Amino acid sequence: MKELLDLFLTFARIGGLTFGGGYAMLPMLQQEVVEKRKWATNDELMDYYAIGQCTPGIIAVNTATFIGNKTRGIIGGVVATLGVVFPSLVIITIIAAFISNFADLAVVKNAFAGIRICVFVLILNAVVKLGKTSIKDAVTMGIFLLVMVGSLFLDVSPIIFVLLAAAAGIAAQILFKKGEKAA
Amino acid sequence: MIYLRLFYEFAKAGLFAIGGGLATLPFLQDISARTGWYSADQLADMIAVSECTPGPIGVNMSTYTGFTVAGIPGALCATLGLIFPSIIIIIIVAKILKAFQDNKYVQSAFYGLRPASTGLIAAACLGVAKIALFDTGAFESVKTAFSGIRWEAVILAAALWLLMNLGTFKKLKGNKVLAKISKLHPVVFLAVSAVVGIIFSFGV
Repeated sequence: MKELLDLFLTFARIGGLTFGGGYAMLPMLQQEVVEKRKWATNDELMDYYAIGQCTPGIIAVNTATFIGNKTRGIIGGVVATLGVVFPSLVIITIIAAFISNFADLAVVKNAFAGIRICVFVLILNAVVKLGKTSIKDAVTMGIFLLVMVGSLFLDVSPIIFVLLAAAAGIAAQILFKKGEKAA
Repeated sequence: MIYLRLFYEFAKAGLFAIGGGLATLPFLQDISARTGWYSADQLADMIAVSECTPGPIGVNMSTYTGFTVAGIPGALCATLGLIFPSIIIIIIVAKILKAFQDNKYVQSAFYGLRPASTGLIAAACLGVAKIALFDTGAFESVKTAFSGIRWEAVILAAALWLLMNLGTFKKLKGNKVLAKISKLHPVVFLAVSAVVGIIFSFGV
């Protein structure tokens, strides 16, 4: 019980101090999980990140589930994951309540009009970074362009694109033996 | 039953969004288009709030959406829905970790998935650009699309991009001030943009 509480609190602290998503969480995990608690090694952490990145769901959640599961089994996985999302739930609920009261103020409207422009640039930067690792040859460039244009102009669920892309990846591996590069 | 629907819609996003928080963005746009729970404008605000608060962005976005649609229980249902598939899948994957890592077909599926995920986020990024840089309604015809450009917004976007990226340019790599600026936390850029928006009344 004490160990489960420890898992919850540690991951709650990590979730509450990470600004900006999964990658920003890595140094926190190294300090808290590897060095302080020794729940996992640095190598294991990197493996979890790599797998968490290409399995469904959010990297931070996937990594928390991995480490919790390794430490205390399935219950550990659930507890660590609830811990990592707990601060977000509380903070965002408070902010959402606050903002819905003030969303009509001119000052808030002006601030958000400015912030939206910044969000666009931040996402643009993220796309460029992602592209550098995910687009490595003609096949992946083709998939990238087809999916981008397709989702802009076709009224199709993103799920279809994800499934088709996975099939295309396997087909490319069978046809051109390109899959090995994926590792 | 709105709570079950929230859980179900976000579980779908959690199951199919691969590659981290922003990968949920196209799915959130899809949910917005189909359910009308929130508008594209509200979604952009949600992203902004998520970007400047702690925690995984995807979780923040699901909590914010759930709360706007159905209050605190809605926030709980949406977030639990989002993380539910991850917990199940990761626990299974952890058990077959070795086989999973070495299987060449699984690897080739990921080889195809990663650029697709990038493409989905790129398209979503253009969606945000449309709201941030153009007047609403400007896209009704080709003619108005150009006259609808908000130049002050374009200038701010260009300035922000330069501040974030100048430090990484080869010729300027030695410049410590630029390098420091480009490594600043996103919260700083968001705060500056908010101030600029207030001073120059971007919302009007």
